[in-house]
Amino acid sequence: MATDYDVIVIGAGMVGAAVAYGLSGPTRRVLMLDGADTDHRAAKANFGLVWAHGKGFGHPDYHRLSIQAAQAWPDFVQQLEAEGGMGVSYERNGGLHFCMSDAELATRAARMDAWHGQTPDLATSTLVLDRGELRRRFPSMALGKDVAGATLGTLDGHVNPLRLLAAMQTAFVRRGGELRNNHAVSAINALPGGGFEVASGERKVRGARVLIAAGLGAAALGPMVGLESHLHPQKGQLLVTERLAPVMPVPASGLRQTAEGTVMIGVTHEDAGYDLATTTEGAVRMARKALRILPALAQVKLVRQWACLRVMTPDGYPVYARSVTHPGASIALCHSGVTLAAFHAGDFAKAFAADALPPALNIFHYERFHVQKAA
Amino acid sequence: MTRTFDVVVIGAGPAGMSAAIGVRELGLSVLVVDEQPAPGGQIWRAVETMANTRTGELLGSEYRAGSELAARFRACGAAYEAQTQVWQIEPGWRVFLKRDGQAEAVRADHVVLALGAQERPAPFPGWTLPGVLTVGAAQILLKTSRQVPADPVWVVGSGPLPILYMAQLLRAGGKLAGWLDTSPPGAWRRGLPWAGAALAGWSEIGKGLTWLREIRRAGVRRVRGVTAMRALGDGRLHELEYTQADGTTIRVPASVLLSHEGVVPSIHMSQALGCAHQWNTQQSCLVPVLDDWGQTSQPGIYVAGDGAGIGGAKAACVRGELVALGVGQQAERITANAAQTRATTLRAQLNGLLRLRPMLDALYPPRAAIFAPSDDTVVCRCEELTAGDVRKAVALAMPGPNQIKAFTRAGMGPCQGRQCGYTIAHIVATAQQRSVAEVGFYRIRPPLKPLTLGELASLNLNEEQA
Amino acid sequence: MFKKLPEPGAATLSLYLDGQPVEAEPGETVAAVLLRQPTLASRTTPVNESPRAPFCMMGVCFDCLAIVDGVASVQSCLVTVQEGMRIERQLGRRRLAS
Repeated sequence: MATDYDVIVIGAGMVGAAVAYGLSGPTRRVLMLDGADTDHRAAKANFGLVWAHGKGFGHPDYHRLSIQAAQAWPDFVQQLEAEGGMGVSYERNGGLHFCMSDAELATRAARMDAWHGQTPDLATSTLVLDRGELRRRFPSMALGKDVAGATLGTLDGHVNPLRLLAAMQTAFVRRGGELRNNHAVSAINALPGGGFEVASGERKVRGARVLIAAGLGAAALGPMVGLESHLHPQKGQLLVTERLAPVMPVPASGLRQTAEGTVMIGVTHEDAGYDLATTTEGAVRMARKALRILPALAQVKLVRQWACLRVMTPDGYPVYARSVTHPGASIALCHSGVTLAAFHAGDFAKAFAADALPPALNIFHYERFHVQKAA
Repeated sequence: MTRTFDVVVIGAGPAGMSAAIGVRELGLSVLVVDEQPAPGGQIWRAVETMANTRTGELLGSEYRAGSELAARFRACGAAYEAQTQVWQIEPGWRVFLKRDGQAEAVRADHVVLALGAQERPAPFPGWTLPGVLTVGAAQILLKTSRQVPADPVWVVGSGPLPILYMAQLLRAGGKLAGWLDTSPPGAWRRGLPWAGAALAGWSEIGKGLTWLREIRRAGVRRVRGVTAMRALGDGRLHELEYTQADGTTIRVPASVLLSHEGVVPSIHMSQALGCAHQWNTQQSCLVPVLDDWGQTSQPGIYVAGDGAGIGGAKAACVRGELVALGVGQQAERITANAAQTRATTLRAQLNGLLRLRPMLDALYPPRAAIFAPSDDTVVCRCEELTAGDVRKAVALAMPGPNQIKAFTRAGMGPCQGRQCGYTIAHIVATAQQRSVAEVGFYRIRPPLKPLTLGELASLNLNEEQA
Repeated sequence: MFKKLPEPGAATLSLYLDGQPVEAEPGETVAAVLLRQPTLASRTTPVNESPRAPFCMMGVCFDCLAIVDGVASVQSCLVTVQEGMRIERQLGRRRLAS
């Protein structure tokens, strides 16, 4: 049965755009479909961290995946910037996790030891810095008096997440991919001879294979092709300030200065269903936390606060799966789409092109939720 | 203890003052907040100090009329807090204020947005140069500082406001280098359908004609049919270049250039609150959807004055009075019948005052070029993005304004879209061959005015929740 | 550039602009004072360091930002002058006072 496309990627966010970019090329017809301007779009609220430090505590496979992704970033960015024709402001000079008391620092240090213990084959990639060491390494940071120290992840960095998305979409199109906005998918039907018909209202396209990378939208789409998503929305709020002269040379979890000079402050983790309202309580909490780290920020103007919904699974780890009932349909969901972008555009796309998923991802099948439920 | 009021009125201009006086007459407690140091809004800015001065004299009787309302407002028993900005409103209603570096939340059952209007963003090449201002800005300088352009000034635009300002400037002894009248030819033909309204509202028309006469008698150079223009200069405005209908391009020295292409309702706050808005094709702008009493789609949130639709100071006062009656009914301080009786007169007044609006809209439509600026025109002043930058992003694949914002940063600066929202929406609409109404607008988020992290952190929430 | 219409007997007060004394009158805004200066540009942008000056005079354009008594990013069109006020032009990205 003739199909219009080899692969239809449903969702042009962090996951969809990365995979589609990795897949696109002269020998493969790839279509990426995205929804409406005001859809949920988790990809417009990423903090921008490319982070490995402490990820997957208690889950060595996710720990490895994060390290692998972080390590793939420099090459990924080089190629992406060349092909997308735009810079994404990626920097890798380490990332900090601040501790606001000696006890907190000690606990954190022990946690990092345990974390490294999960993957003894991997080189150490964190350092524990007391306040003195922090100030020695980063003399330009005027730290608040409560800052006792921090752990530093040497593989960590940050990127402009919006430009990352724009670059991936642009590079995808330049490689020959086709991107259609305002094409929220309403139905996916298996075709008798193989392949799928994907409908956006009255508009229909045919693809040999389908990847659902639609974030929270996957909940409705997955079941159409025998896939589950197990998602619930988790609200996160962020703050951004006016542009400043440099005040923070490296990013921290919850606080970073962008290449434009704005300072991003985050984040909350709230179970509020699909409610996207910001709360002043959230803003006050985040502001106070930031001011404990860099008190001089008190004089800086807050320009915008916003909220978005994380693509959250029961254990917080990604979901990757291939459909059994509908061969050719797959699903890929996560809330760490920025860090994993290098992996999604790289090894994941490579395997997907060969009609497989990387074996390391088997553990991320949603079957694990069935087991948990049964337990 | 959190301060609580029956009503919070945001804006102490004609509408805000009228609404406050109205709800006070019904015995409700009201807090009026305004970011200016004195009441009057923009049209009656500094009227308390200026009305009885020479400047007040040359500004005209319309301006001086504001002092009477200001006096009644001061005496009505409303709590009035000047130099106070509202940075967020959350359900409850909780109104978050800041003044003198301190943030505070107050509670009210009813909130009246009386935020007036702003000049329609009218981008053209070079409009960000020092020395280019809006006509409204120049008028504010006259009102609050007795200040006029030092050298002969160029005015570009159309509408009642530039005509009034030019007359006022001439009376003050100021000099006009010229007026690029951007209203399309055939004005009288466009105005003809409203000839009846014109006759009925002759005093208003008469005033406008008087101003025009003053301008003509002063020999002000009036250039019509300009097809393109740009402001030029290094570090500041030095020259104005314009192209005439016959294709000739003229360059003239200029140190101050004043631009005006109409006014549009301030919708920042009503958008942030999620109120429903509709596109007004005649005025090329969004207007909040309001019931007969000025209530928005959000129960308890009202809009009074030019924010409800451009109508001028007198209409703003009437709208404020109507909102007061609406609030009064909600607060059960006046029966529906009593309110309806008083409203009948007010509505008749309002209709009379708004009678000329369609004619003015037809006479002075915004010039088309501001919705289709050249690629090199800066459209987002804050982030310094050109129309070309935006068009490049639009080419990617049918994005809407919020995606454009995400990809270009348009609308992400301090003004949060106040100067670029409409322009971006028009560029997207043209490129995608959709209507502007369909394309939509930026999602507006707090803070509604920037506040410092220190001010934010200073908010006492425990007390607030008590 | 703008100038004031003369008014004999008008009260005056003194401010400092970038360290230099300038005259103002009670009740006017800092932005108005900035627009009277020979150097019309009252700030440069944090994006491209482009020169800007007050544009709308009513708080909706944010081009009038200045440093007032040590506080940066203040909308000078919303600030009334006070005797002895120190105003500085804000150039590029604001710096933090430590």
